[in-house]
Amino acid sequence: MATTSSMFMYSLTIQPPTSVTQAILGQFAGTKEQQIVTASGSRLTIHRPDPTQGKITTLLAQDVFGIVRTLAAFRLAGSNKDYIIIGSDSGRITIVEYLPAQNRFSRLHLETFGKSGIRRVIPGQYLAVDPKGRACLIASVEKNKLVYVLNRNAQAELTISSPLEAHKPQTLVFALVGLDVGYENPVFACLEVDYTECDQDPTGQALEELEKSLVYYELDLGLNHVVRKWSDPVDRTATMLLQVPGGADGPSGVLVCGLDNITYRHSNQNPFRVAIPRRRGATENPERKRQIVAGVMHKMRAAFFFLLQSEDGDLFKVTLDMLEDDDGQVTGEVKKLKIKYFDTVPVASSLCILKSGFLFVASETGNHHFYQFEKLGDDDNETEFDSDAFPADPTEPYTPVFFHPRAAENVNLVESIDSMNPQLDCKVANLTDEDAPQIYSLCGTGARSTFRSLKHGLEVNDIVDSELPGDPSAVWTTKITREDQYDAYIVLSFTNGTLVLSIGETVEEVTDTGFLSSAPTLAVQQLGEDALIQVHPKGIRHIRADRRVNEWPAPQHRSIVAATTNERQVAVALSSGEIVYFEMDSDGSLAEYDEKREMSGGVTCLSLGEVPEGRVRSQFLAVGCDDSTVRILSLDPDSTLENKSVQALTSAPSALAIMAMADSTSGGSTLYLHIGLYSGVYLRTVLDEVTGELSDTRTRFLGPRAAKLFRVSVKGQPAVLALSSRPWLGYSDPQTKGFMLTPLDYTALAWGSNFSSEQCEEGMVGIENKNLRIFSIEKLGNNLLQQSIPLTYTPRKFIRHPEQPLFYTIESDNNTLSPSTRSQLLNAQPVVNGDGVVLPPEEFGYPRAQGHWASCIHIIDPITTKSVLQQIDLTDNEAATSIAAVSFASQDDETFLVVGTGKDMVVAPRSFSAGFIYVYRFLEDGKELEFIHKTKVEQPPQALLSFQGRLLAGIGTELRIYDLGLKQLLRKCQAAVVPNLIVGLQTQGSRIIVSDVQESVVFVVYKHQENKLIPFADDVIARWATCTTMVDYETVAGGDKFGNLWLLRCPQKASEEADEDGSGAHLIHERQYLQGAPNRLALMSHFFPQDIPTSIQKTQLVAGGRDVLVWTGFMGTLGVMVPFVSREDVDFFQTLEQHLRAEDAPLAGRDHLIYRSYYVPVKGAIDGDLCERFALLPNDKKQMIAGELDRSVREIERKISDMRTRVAY
Amino acid sequence: MADKLRTTQQLEQLQARYVGTGHADVTRFEWTSNIARDSYASYVGHPGLLSYMAVGMGEAREVVRGRMVEKMIQPVGKPPEVQD
Repeated sequence: MATTSSMFMYSLTIQPPTSVTQAILGQFAGTKEQQIVTASGSRLTIHRPDPTQGKITTLLAQDVFGIVRTLAAFRLAGSNKDYIIIGSDSGRITIVEYLPAQNRFSRLHLETFGKSGIRRVIPGQYLAVDPKGRACLIASVEKNKLVYVLNRNAQAELTISSPLEAHKPQTLVFALVGLDVGYENPVFACLEVDYTECDQDPTGQALEELEKSLVYYELDLGLNHVVRKWSDPVDRTATMLLQVPGGADGPSGVLVCGLDNITYRHSNQNPFRVAIPRRRGATENPERKRQIVAGVMHKMRAAFFFLLQSEDGDLFKVTLDMLEDDDGQVTGEVKKLKIKYFDTVPVASSLCILKSGFLFVASETGNHHFYQFEKLGDDDNETEFDSDAFPADPTEPYTPVFFHPRAAENVNLVESIDSMNPQLDCKVANLTDEDAPQIYSLCGTGARSTFRSLKHGLEVNDIVDSELPGDPSAVWTTKITREDQYDAYIVLSFTNGTLVLSIGETVEEVTDTGFLSSAPTLAVQQLGEDALIQVHPKGIRHIRADRRVNEWPAPQHRSIVAATTNERQVAVALSSGEIVYFEMDSDGSLAEYDEKREMSGGVTCLSLGEVPEGRVRSQFLAVGCDDSTVRILSLDPDSTLENKSVQALTSAPSALAIMAMADSTSGGSTLYLHIGLYSGVYLRTVLDEVTGELSDTRTRFLGPRAAKLFRVSVKGQPAVLALSSRPWLGYSDPQTKGFMLTPLDYTALAWGSNFSSEQCEEGMVGIENKNLRIFSIEKLGNNLLQQSIPLTYTPRKFIRHPEQPLFYTIESDNNTLSPSTRSQLLNAQPVVNGDGVVLPPEEFGYPRAQGHWASCIHIIDPITTKSVLQQIDLTDNEAATSIAAVSFASQDDETFLVVGTGKDMVVAPRSFSAGFIYVYRFLEDGKELEFIHKTKVEQPPQALLSFQGRLLAGIGTELRIYDLGLKQLLRKCQAAVVPNLIVGLQTQGSRIIVSDVQESVVFVVYKHQENKLIPFADDVIARWATCTTMVDYETVAGGDKFGNLWLLRCPQKASEEADEDGSGAHLIHERQYLQGAPNRLALMSHFFPQDIPTSIQKTQLVAGGRDVLVWTGFMGTLGVMVPFVSREDVDFFQTLEQHLRAEDAPLAGRDHLIYRSYYVPVKGAIDGDLCERFALLPNDKKQMIAGELDRSVREIERKISDMRTRVAY
Repeated sequence: MADKLRTTQQLEQLQARYVGTGHADVTRFEWTSNIARDSYASYVGHPGLLSYMAVGMGEAREVVRGRMVEKMIQPVGKPPEVQD
């Protein structure tokens, strides 16, 4: 398959995945402070928990371009810094160090041990380290285990040995953990099953008698080899091991967690077993056994404990009691194992207990939680169960134990970190009539699931909103003396006057400031040591500290139209087009430069830069003229007001700002000229500090109103506030230092200014009509704002009302009691199992039962009420599988809501007892649904679609057309078009794209005359399609369950033949090609983005942007595929990609090209995420790549950032 | 003859190193077991795929993982009776 294509797509991640595969804790910065490192998909992220504020901030996130499967932290003895070992799909073991000074990960070791990819016998699935950091074991699911000895050399650098093998063929590993043995030889404990016998025994007896064993592998450091030291059978159901402290801290050994029981095991100790307490409650099945799904051990000064979590989310505290000898001294022998209920938190993929008393719960689904410990459950009245009550032999029976779940007592939620994992469906739509569309998405599972609306913007913290007497046109803030920390005055300009407010405890009007109150103001500035400047149309007022006022009057018959100031310079433009320039003298007075400079046209705006530190003046004055130009004038004493450079614009400039900002290209700070145009376009150009040349212009459309620009400060960094039809903020990204321009989630402002007071150190003040608003921006890291509406069950699919801004979701939960069964159990008299308290399902989940389904349909209003309007519960163990809004031609094109359901469904292997199609009528503009009828079908329909005034349904392998009848749906036409199961339908005209669960897509044509559905083109590769969309009439884009994105195109000839007029006879009688349809689809583009696509849509994301393919991933990814327009760009990015692969090789050692070609060779796609790493390269590498590409570094950076900003955020 | 011996030895070596390397007389049971074990190992190894299945089944990820590894013991049922 050729890897080149006539079509190229640029893949970009807008929001990285948020699901956490594993989280580890350690002192990665080498200080006392603990950090959390998480793996989500292919990203490695380091977070800093802030114990004082109870918040988690992200320090660094890096895409490793490989699948991170396991992480482990380890520390060499005597060191105070933890290193990270990554087990990935690269067939290599990677040891990484976090460098806090440069805020990056640095790879220390990369050792190859096998083939790349996730395979059965290539280690990478399990990873364990010796607690003393002397060795690590990396294992595969079957057979292979490799031990690496970790040490340090004379230079105190970390060294890694060649691997020692501990393979055992035909042995499956369930869990692996490093044993705490103090400073004896490192030992690793492993849960193993040897299946050799079962493979030979046709009677099945061997399988029944099969044992699971706990095996100790000892690394003999002296002899440098690994031996199987000890092996003992354990509970057959065990799946998890936890390390018990050893050496001086405890008895060593492991906890073996199986179904319904936990056992303490060690080679020289007796086993001790406790049962996992079961929930007591009217709706709980007392027979249901729980399993431990996550756990953490925490060591304190003199004690240790475990927190183990069951699949319900209940945390149990497990402790060990030691035997005491006659003197009351604790011996090394274990006396008993104790367990008691602790609290309930969301089901975690990893739990981390911080030394500062916090618990980080990396949730399996939904938001991650950060808890603070209130207490450790030491003296509560929770029943404690100990191992004395249970036989240690796993085969012996015992009476189960119970507890009552209750609201959290021991932990207190301090922060919930937004996570869209799992993301099950998504739609991009503009429901609020803003410039840019919003993203609506279904996230989470069970009762913690949410409907989220995402909007591009920065979160704004509103501080003051007060009404003013008039309609002000402008606002400034000013200090009184240079040394002042905070602003003292707010100056408001009205059409006929000026109002001065003082900032203090309260904000009130002051009159004795020396400001002229009878005229509007053009500029206000604190000048020199302690003077103030007010520029008004008739002159400049210089107010000295002793309230002496010097007035410079504008020349007769002329007025000032524009002014700009800094703390030493003032420049004003007169109505005649002249520019007058002033500089402050050594005595603090303003001196006019004797020559006025006449400009060719009228001046619309001016800007002076800040005075650089250690200088006496800003070098340049930018002048915007109404002939659509910006001129840079020199302010050098030798060449005052001489022209330096000119830039032509598309429209007259409305605002200018010269600012020094952080620059990712040079790594330092660069002078920029920001230009706002009357057309609402914003430009940013680099202003050369020596020559005054303008270069590297980047443009962005802000909105239809003239742009105004203001210099502000956010998070200690200079930023530009750009106001048009909505406010924007231009700032440098905290991590990459690249320039970002993001809209603020705020009302449109007419004017803005920086604001600093005791209460609000870094704020902004703005004017909105008659209101004065003070606000601040706290977070620059996240530019997608989320709003959630809670849902009831795991959402599966949703659709939008054809006209109204409403959504209809179908939700279903497997193995969950339906509401009717629940209420039946609760109302059963007398209540059977304990009390009938109903716990909030958001925290405790729903009562579970095998084979039961709970399902509902929701009407969601995300705009006005931001809530669920109606809930329709499905009964009879039915669960909704598909949804569509269908307009029926037979009903005067009235639109109905159609929902497909399945009864008694079993997910795997797939089975059911019946399928139904429900029809609902929209009432009150869709705010209510009225049930009309339901039709029984052979299988649960997995796909429904409105098609030419009728309903198109995928029932198993059959594609059917239904019309609406009085009592039920009427079948009009059907055809078996796919081999397995129809899971998706798309249509344009008479063409239908049918996706199969396993066999990619089939193009089907509907022949109206003959009422026939005829498949005419299919695919050559088995793609397990999850989502598809038609990009154009011939092309379909889609994603599959293994995490691929692809674009398929129907051959032109086949496409035309299918649409030929007349009967479909020629299509029906066309010869099959290789037992498939007569034609094959051609692959246009293929890319492996790693996450499983759950929805794909062709749409715009920004105002005035091009159409792109927006796709969402199961783990919370939002991504776009941008089509390339020119071949030149493709060549450029291909070469850039090539260089980056070599210069910035992926961290975990995966080859980038092979990674993106995981299942199918990457074709017609450029990895934008890799290209964007260019900005993070060291300067010399950037220069080198730029040299190879024959372009400047700035040019390359502009091209990369343009690819993103033109179409996305 | 020596050539044949070497080929056999090489094959044996391959079979020892790479689980699932077939031979001329591979049975249907061996072949399907091998494929199924590879598949389960892949489901367990890809974090996204495992979560996807866990959400589909309505179970916790760790539970599904345990089940999948458990299924690897005898993925396609009992081995056939040996006929001499």
